[in-house]
Amino acid sequence: MHSFMHRLNNLVTFAAVLLAVLCAAASFLDAFNSPSVHAHAEVIKINRFRKQLSGNDEASLTLNISMDLRSLFTWNTKQVFIFLAAEYETSKNSLNQISLWDHIVPDKDHAEFQAQVANKYPLIDQGSNLRGKKFELVLHWHVMPRTGRMIQDKMAVSSFYLPEAYT
Amino acid sequence: MDWQGQKHSEFLMQILLVVFAVVAFAVGYAIESFQMMMLIYASGVFLTALITVPNWPFFNRHPLKWLDPSEADRHPKPQATAAASKKKASKQK
Repeated sequence: MHSFMHRLNNLVTFAAVLLAVLCAAASFLDAFNSPSVHAHAEVIKINRFRKQLSGNDEASLTLNISMDLRSLFTWNTKQVFIFLAAEYETSKNSLNQISLWDHIVPDKDHAEFQAQVANKYPLIDQGSNLRGKKFELVLHWHVMPRTGRMIQDKMAVSSFYLPEAYT
Repeated sequence: MDWQGQKHSEFLMQILLVVFAVVAFAVGYAIESFQMMMLIYASGVFLTALITVPNWPFFNRHPLKWLDPSEADRHPKPQATAAASKKKASKQK
């Protein structure tokens, strides 16, 4: 501690260690946040249901989505990424997951909403298995913190049967 | 900066930083603002640097006390040239 640079070096090093401790503590407190997500999503209309020239089934849907994600937000939350996936089983794959719609919630004020949306990404099967198929709509969310690890979770919101015939 | 001053400045630096970190965390958590925590901590680090890094007069209140010059007076310092030649002579031996 005999020179200016020596003191400055000591101070910066110790300040950086404490900064790491602060971030770790903020991240640690997130573990005590037990969120309760309320969400609902349902298919209200089949816009198009056809077989592509390549032989794969393709469906286009209109969804009614409402959710309340406010409990996911803590002071350490940067943003929340959500996506709605259609999950179903076929003989080839035990689990097919197709993302139909996604959204980034930037803050708590925008975490409660209701919307009617057409699927952002088409529901295309690997093959021709969709007629009369039952699929689950599952809401996945990834909570991105300012410091610490990303938290991911999911919730099944509803199930739906596709029609037996193409439109 | 004298010895006491160095000790004080290091102690002051550690205490101040820890206090600012604790205050920043408490305030940030209370008002749920991560940004406010970082701002308080950053200003705390800046303030601590201002207090403990420069060589303030506060850190120079305990100058080193050397021995009385009476001992040195009793054994007068030989001439510089004479000392140099002596050293040379001893080396050559």
